[in-house]
Amino acid sequence: MARFRFPRPALFAGSGKRSSVLLGLSPLLGGVLDPQGPAASGNAQILLNAVAIMMAIVAPTIVATMVFGWWFRASNKRATYLPNWDYSGRLELIVWGIPLLVVLFLSGVTWIGSHDLDPARPIASPTRPIEVRVVSLDWKWLFIYPEEGVASVNEIALPAGRPAHFSLTSGTVMNGFFVPQLGGMIATMNGMVTQLNLQADRPGDYYGQSTQFSGGGFSDMHFLLRALPPTSFAQWVEDARKSTKILDEDAYLAMAREKAAAPRALYGSIDKALFENIAARRLLVETPETE
Amino acid sequence: MFGKLTWAAIPWDQPIPLFAGAFVVVAALAVLLWIGVKGYFPYLWNEWITSVDHKRIGVMYVLLGLVMLLRGFVDAVMMRTQQAVAYQAPGYLPPHHYDQIFSAHGTIMIFFAAMPIVIGLMNFVVPLQLGARDVAFPTLNSTGFWLTASGALLVNISLVVGEFAQTGWLPYPPLSELPYSPGVGVDYYLWALLISGVGTLMTGINFVTTILKIRAPGMSYMRMSMFCWTALASNMLIVAAFPILTATLIMIVLDRYLGFHFFTNDGGGNMAMFVNLIWAWGHPEVYILVLPAFGVFSEVISTFSGKPLFGYRSMVIATLGICIISFVVWLHHFFTMGAGGDVNAVFGIATSIIAVVTGVKIYNWLFTMYGGRIRYNTPMLWSLGFLVTFVVGGMTGVLLAVPPADFALHNSLFVIAHFHNVIIGGVLFAAFAGVTFWFPKAFGFRLHEGWGVAVFWFTTIGFYVTFFPLYVAGLLGMTRRLQHFDVAAWRPWVLIASAGVAISALGMICQIVQLVVSIRRRAELLDPTGDPWNGRSLEWATASPPPVFNFAFLPQVNDQEPYWAIKQRAIETQHLAAVGEYLPIEMPRNSATGFLTSFFATLTGFGLIWHIWWMVIAGLVAAYAGFVWFAWRDEDEYEIPASEVQRLDGERRRAREEWLAREGNLGGVA
Ligand code: HEM
Ligand SMILES: [Cu+2]
Repeated sequence: MARFRFPRPALFAGSGKRSSVLLGLSPLLGGVLDPQGPAASGNAQILLNAVAIMMAIVAPTIVATMVFGWWFRASNKRATYLPNWDYSGRLELIVWGIPLLVVLFLSGVTWIGSHDLDPARPIASPTRPIEVRVVSLDWKWLFIYPEEGVASVNEIALPAGRPAHFSLTSGTVMNGFFVPQLGGMIATMNGMVTQLNLQADRPGDYYGQSTQFSGGGFSDMHFLLRALPPTSFAQWVEDARKSTKILDEDAYLAMAREKAAAPRALYGSIDKALFENIAARRLLVETPETE
Repeated sequence: MFGKLTWAAIPWDQPIPLFAGAFVVVAALAVLLWIGVKGYFPYLWNEWITSVDHKRIGVMYVLLGLVMLLRGFVDAVMMRTQQAVAYQAPGYLPPHHYDQIFSAHGTIMIFFAAMPIVIGLMNFVVPLQLGARDVAFPTLNSTGFWLTASGALLVNISLVVGEFAQTGWLPYPPLSELPYSPGVGVDYYLWALLISGVGTLMTGINFVTTILKIRAPGMSYMRMSMFCWTALASNMLIVAAFPILTATLIMIVLDRYLGFHFFTNDGGGNMAMFVNLIWAWGHPEVYILVLPAFGVFSEVISTFSGKPLFGYRSMVIATLGICIISFVVWLHHFFTMGAGGDVNAVFGIATSIIAVVTGVKIYNWLFTMYGGRIRYNTPMLWSLGFLVTFVVGGMTGVLLAVPPADFALHNSLFVIAHFHNVIIGGVLFAAFAGVTFWFPKAFGFRLHEGWGVAVFWFTTIGFYVTFFPLYVAGLLGMTRRLQHFDVAAWRPWVLIASAGVAISALGMICQIVQLVVSIRRRAELLDPTGDPWNGRSLEWATASPPPVFNFAFLPQVNDQEPYWAIKQRAIETQHLAAVGEYLPIEMPRNSATGFLTSFFATLTGFGLIWHIWWMVIAGLVAAYAGFVWFAWRDEDEYEIPASEVQRLDGERRRAREEWLAREGNLGGVA
């Protein structure tokens, strides 16, 4: 299997303006705390909020553990010894009350966040989302643009500032689609279609990868997400259309059955029903002879 | 004749497993030879292998767990060194090998290290704390242990004969189905866990029965020690959850062996069903492990603080609460499968409710320390380390239970850091605390303190240095299970983690040194009274090591801390409680059933893995015959004469009288 290597993904690409959540934490740039779109910002914000809420109770607990442990050491003659003290109704109330209150508050955050940031929920925007179909294979990603009539392997281009709607499935085993800086990880599963809405706010190159272990070539299952200014995006589509490669059922099955990573590639024309056929399990990748 | 098994199954061309395997085989043979030369075989067979004494079985469980812990640790070292060198490079372990290692690591650590240690501690301690002579079904207990050992053996055979699964410790289909995993790796996994799972279920049934039915006179539920409560909860979880695991694995077996379509891509299979089922077992499983750990800390903190456990009732309620809630949170392991806002939110909130009950426990431990006179022996050090560490792990767990946060962190190294934070900081720390705490009870002498302290610091610091960088790497988007990677920003954190493993390795070495030093200096570490830590529960009321029958007289319990009360009375009156008339005691006979059944179960499993059908049939028939033979026996008990009971009890009482004389002079401070 020829090992395909990515050119250095531009993790720190684009955007002079850093998102507000992360000022001063430069070692964390490029990850999920350096969001570059609304979904990722939402994820990162709720992550930091939840930590802050819990810290209110966790930090004092750790301090109290250390203080009690130190002060009540056997050698400290000034500490009072209460050999039979094992109950206090008032303390019991606090013991149950404080965690309960914190979790109640957190539950509110969870409830609202789960709905607002549901990956299937469209991103509010004046522009119509661009449609992308995603198929995970062993061990590469296939991206189909039904409206543009093109497809690509291991590279997605998106117009920056415009929402994208992804429908995802898997031709083989389960994988996870994830671009850390754009947020909203989602599983890809054979015979099922999941939904994801993302948007890259600014142009840039973003690293994406599979997050669900899928076999021997898993580590190479990354891709490049290129958020382009609208004109460059149109140019990218144009370039793709010039490709002589055709994505029809045969081409798909050949690619899917080859269990190997793949170089980036563009397809100039596509079989429009391909994604639906894959999702409906009408194109079985598995070769009948198993051993 | 040998099914799929040929000489090609031995990895002749892969030096690492080949040498590792050869080393283990040679070492095992050397040990056997040494045992033979010394003539220890009859002793081993009579006193250990066929023993149905819960204390012996407990010790063997812990021993198995510790050996497997070492094996799992070697896997961990290999993974960390691979990632350290695999930055924009292939490293030294190809995916075929690396993927087996992380799968074996998880499987071994959960099923054959953590579970046996936890079950071993329960085995040893629970009947003693209940004031019972043994568990409800002693032979079943032995069978459960040997079936677990059988599973562990199969996993380790896969190192040299064939291969192990390359699917992770939970074999998600369709990856684990034949088209994607045609080799024997997944079959090794399946049969090892099916066999040991039966053993675990037996243990669960046995302990639920024991705790509900066999307690000393006067020990009502609300007088049981906290460890017994957590053991009860944990075993109820085993009884409820392990059948789910077994059924789920059987479905994959049917898919792989008989062409069924439960989880396949073709024939209308649905892998999402597997994911739900496996986590319906998997989440309770983490509480099966951690509840007894909570029990250990409850005992240790109360004993070394010199105080009763604070808020006992709350602790009982919290334990039972966790027991129930842990069954309704499983979906938090796959928020990213797109269930939608309502479902995700409900499961997220249910999960954080567990944090409330866990928080209650933490506070109660804190207030147990408050007003105490804390002695910092090693078990207490582990407990303090646990309190600080576990709170952080719980926090990151709750964070992952917030679905939108999980969308950023699922399957990343952040999750790896979280669960190691709770499993090492919770279960493993408890295992070490528990082993140190009860070691003198089992063997009659304490472990060496100084080396114990060294183990504590190396292990704790090693843990922090290994896993806290992984939180950061996870936040930087680094996925778990990468055999190599190309992103520069991840590299420093991966390297720090590798350094952390080196520190942990020092801890492991100190562990071994501690054992050797303690054995050599056992005379000065002797525990003559049976109560080395000034304990509070019934296990300290008998000699160290306890006689087979545990107690000469079943203790009469009037209190939540029975032995503490007995001691207080003795100090007040300056007399040990009077003895009645010594009576003969009946104890269950040894039985080879467990060992033989498991031996044949191993053969059956091996035959199934390699499609050697005659071996399967022979193994099944022989295992069944062993069972019938056991069921037909006439005499299952033997009698220990009263004089022998008196002699054994007399020694302990003499030591106790001396203690009382000393204690009396000190003016009755306990
Ligand atoms: C307050 C307590 C806890 C909460 C809220 C919690 C929450 C979670 C969540 C939400 C996940 C899934 C993360 C993901 O895959 O994206 C997870 C994973 C995990 N947790 Fe916990 N957890 C808690 C305590 C524990 C304890 C006590 C243990 C073990 C003793 C444990 C062991 C694990 C394991 C093994 C996994 C990863 C399984 C895998 O994906 O391979 N957790 N936890
Ligand atoms: Cu869970």
